[in-house]
Amino acid sequence: MLDLQNVSFGYSREQTTLNDVSLSVRPGVSVGLVGESGSGKTTLLRLMLGLIRPTSGVIRFGEESLDTGNSAFMQRYRRAVQPVFQDPYSSLDPRQRVIDIIGEPLRSLRIPGDRTQTVAEALEAVGLPLDAMRRYPHEFSGGQRQRIAIARAIVARPQIVLADEAVSALDLSTRIRIVELFKTLSEKLTLVFVSHDLGVVAALCEEMIILERGKVVESGKTRDILAVPKHPYTQRLLASIPRMPA
Amino acid sequence: MTALLNIQGLHIRAGDKPLVSDLSFSIRPGERIGLIGESGSGKSMTAMAATGLLPVSIGVSGSIELDSQQVVGATDSVMNRLRGAAAAVVFQEPLTALDPLMKIGRQIAEPVRRRLERESGKTSKDVVQREVRDLIDKVALPQPERIINSYPHEVSGGQRQRVAIAMALACRPKLLIADEPTTALDVTTQAEILKLLDQLVRETGMALLFISHDLPVVAQVVERVIVLKNGVAVEEGPVKAVFGNPQHDYTKTLVEAARLFDEALGATG
Repeated sequence: MLDLQNVSFGYSREQTTLNDVSLSVRPGVSVGLVGESGSGKTTLLRLMLGLIRPTSGVIRFGEESLDTGNSAFMQRYRRAVQPVFQDPYSSLDPRQRVIDIIGEPLRSLRIPGDRTQTVAEALEAVGLPLDAMRRYPHEFSGGQRQRIAIARAIVARPQIVLADEAVSALDLSTRIRIVELFKTLSEKLTLVFVSHDLGVVAALCEEMIILERGKVVESGKTRDILAVPKHPYTQRLLASIPRMPA
Repeated sequence: MTALLNIQGLHIRAGDKPLVSDLSFSIRPGERIGLIGESGSGKSMTAMAATGLLPVSIGVSGSIELDSQQVVGATDSVMNRLRGAAAAVVFQEPLTALDPLMKIGRQIAEPVRRRLERESGKTSKDVVQREVRDLIDKVALPQPERIINSYPHEVSGGQRQRVAIAMALACRPKLLIADEPTTALDVTTQAEILKLLDQLVRETGMALLFISHDLPVVAQVVERVIVLKNGVAVEEGPVKAVFGNPQHDYTKTLVEAARLFDEALGATG
C-alpha cells in the first residue's frame, strides 16, 4: 500500500539522517517504527507524510509515486494518510472549538456530507461525549486531548494513520487506555506507530522495524524479533528495558 | 537509628489548591525509597519541599526534618548549610539543570570547593582539580580532558546526566534525591545511568529518594515504595509486596498497565 524503496534523506549535504531505508506498509498490518533519539524515526514519518522529500529513492502509494508537487495526488494522499502527533497540548489549535478541530480535514479536503454528523461519529469512535464538540481544547485532560487528535485523524476515514510517539507524553494509566483505543482502531485501518517505547509497540503492532542511526537494522514480525533478536543493537535495546519484578 | 529525612503531616498548597495532603514518611541512613506518581501527584513538590526549594508563594505546613533540622520555615542560611551536606538533588533534565554558559569542569568544581571550605575552611586549586578528575572517573565519563573543557550542549544527554550526578556526589550528601533522573534519556542510556546510580549508592552508603512515574525503573533501584495520587499517599511498602499484591485500586491500575506492556515484551530482556 505504502512502499519506501531505498530512501535516503539528509537535512544537510554532509549528514544523512536516513540511509537507504526500504519498507512496505501492507493493508491491515500494523507496523511499529522503533528507535532511540537520532535514529531517524521522525524523519521517516515526515517523509511518509510528504512533509519533506527524499534526497534519493522513491516512496510509492499504490501505483503512484508520492509527489509533493502534484496537488491532485496530494489531496487524495492526505485523505488516505493522516497523522497523530506526540503532544496533544501543541497539536490542537487552542482558539478553535473541538468541532472545528476535528472537522478541519473535512473542510480542507473538501469532503462532502453532514459535517456535524461525521464529527459526531468520530467523537463516538474515540469514546468522547457529543457535548465535547462545543468546547475548547484547554477544557480537556491530556488523554482526552489525544482522543480529539485521534478523532481528527480518523474523521476522513483514512486507510493509514501515522502516529508519532502518540502515547509518550501520557501518564501510564491514560497511556494504557489510548493504546487500547489505537488497538481497536487498527482493526479498521492500518497503523504505523513510531515510538521509542518497545513495550507499547509490542502491545500494539504485528510487525516492527528497528532503526539505528538512520538505518534499518532489523525488521519482521514483532513476536519473532522479541523472541530471537538477531542484530546486536536490537539485543542491547531489549536488554536495556527495565522489567517488572516477578 | 534516627531518620535522615522525617516528614510528618506535610501539606503543600498553591492558594486554595492542595498539592500534597497529610503526607508522612521517613528515610533512614542508607535506605532507598521510591516515590511513585503520575503528573500532578505531588511527588516533585515533596522533593522540593524537603530541600526548601519551593517558591514562597507555595504554602507549606507540617514537619520536615532533614538531618535533624527543621526545614519548614527555615532561613536561607540554615538551608544553605543543609543543602549538599544533608541532601543533594539530581533533576530530570540535565540540559536545564546545568549552567549553559559555564564549562563542565568549573561546574563540577563549584560544589567540590564549597564542600572543602565547609569541612576544612580552606582549599587549593590543585586539590579541587584532583577531586574533579576523581568524580569524572567515578561517573565513568570518557575523555576527562575534553569533558572538563566542554559546555553542556557539547556533550550527549547521558553524559550531561553523569555530570549532574558528579555534582551531587561532590557534596558527599547523606541523602541523594533523584527526581525522574532518566526520564529524558534513551532506554539504553537509561540502563547505564540506573546501573551507575545503583552502584554509587551502594558504594557510598548514602540514602536514596528516587522519584519516578515508571514502575519497572523504580523497582530496579529501591527497596520500598510510596504511591502518591493527587498529593495523597495511597499505598506504601516493599517493592515486591506493592507490585506483587497491590491493595489500593489506583496502585492496581498502575501495576496492571505496567504488567501489560511488560508481558507484551515476552520473556526476553
